[in-house]
Amino acid sequence: MIAHAIFFYVFSVIAVVSAIMVTVSKNTVHSVFFLILDFISISCLFIMIGAEFLGMIMLIVYVGAVAVLFLFVVMMLNVAQQKNQWFVSKDSSRHIPIGLLISVIIFFELIIVIGGWKYKPDLFNSAKSSPENGVSNTHSLGQVLYTDYIHVFQISGMILLIAMIGAIVLTFRQRQGVKKQSYLKQISRERTEGVEVLEVASNKGVKIDD
Amino acid sequence: MIDIGLGHYLTLGAVIFSIGIIGIFLNRKNIIVILMSIELILLAVNINLVSFSIYLGDLSGQIFTLFILTVAAAEAAIGLAIIVVYFRNSGTIRVEEIDKLKG
Repeated sequence: MIAHAIFFYVFSVIAVVSAIMVTVSKNTVHSVFFLILDFISISCLFIMIGAEFLGMIMLIVYVGAVAVLFLFVVMMLNVAQQKNQWFVSKDSSRHIPIGLLISVIIFFELIIVIGGWKYKPDLFNSAKSSPENGVSNTHSLGQVLYTDYIHVFQISGMILLIAMIGAIVLTFRQRQGVKKQSYLKQISRERTEGVEVLEVASNKGVKIDD
Repeated sequence: MIDIGLGHYLTLGAVIFSIGIIGIFLNRKNIIVILMSIELILLAVNINLVSFSIYLGDLSGQIFTLFILTVAAAEAAIGLAIIVVYFRNSGTIRVEEIDKLKG
């Protein structure tokens, strides 16, 4: 129990600090790195609490794909060269108290909700999760995912496909002056336009490419 | 304090959610950081779902976390593609200079 508490506090402090650094840090590349750190510590928390499959999936999907995508776009857009001042004009600094107020209000509302849960302890103990006779987390997730939620699973696959097609369509552009292979041109080439048979007289040259 | 329960995880989720919202409002730099704040918010939602799922012994929470992960990945891809196209057309992604719809 002590180890659980120590690990929870270590990982959650890392997660909260890196989440703050994501929003505060001036360099966008640093923000992406702190986002990666945040995802890693949260996935450690997931693995610790007993959702191993989700922790690993978060590592693969977020750290392996989404964060690298962010880094790629940040480096492609070259935003580091733009001046990253914080509060450029007076006009922008009036957002800050509103934003702080709204987030503090939301935070306290969430805390109130958690307090409401805390006063119903019988709900926690009613169905305490137990490792069901040696079935791992991944196994039981798969048993539910591919039976009860199969349609939602397929719809999520469609969502990914549509996102992929949409991203390609959005960023695709036809460039000028790029040499490309044209299969139709290659296979429709005839012998008559490729080869020329010449009658060469002796002691005389042949003029080609005139 | 020592006994880690559901409340601790929910509080962590609430803190990260609020930091994400602060990030959206406070951000004066570029849109990419706003997208990252949205990712933080989705992460906080995932924490809540997973901790409820573990402590109540119901697997549906983890299933829905999986789907939220899918949608978050799709949203990040589409959002970054839109940002790339916008940067190509207008040359900037600073939040203050994107005011074409202001009228």
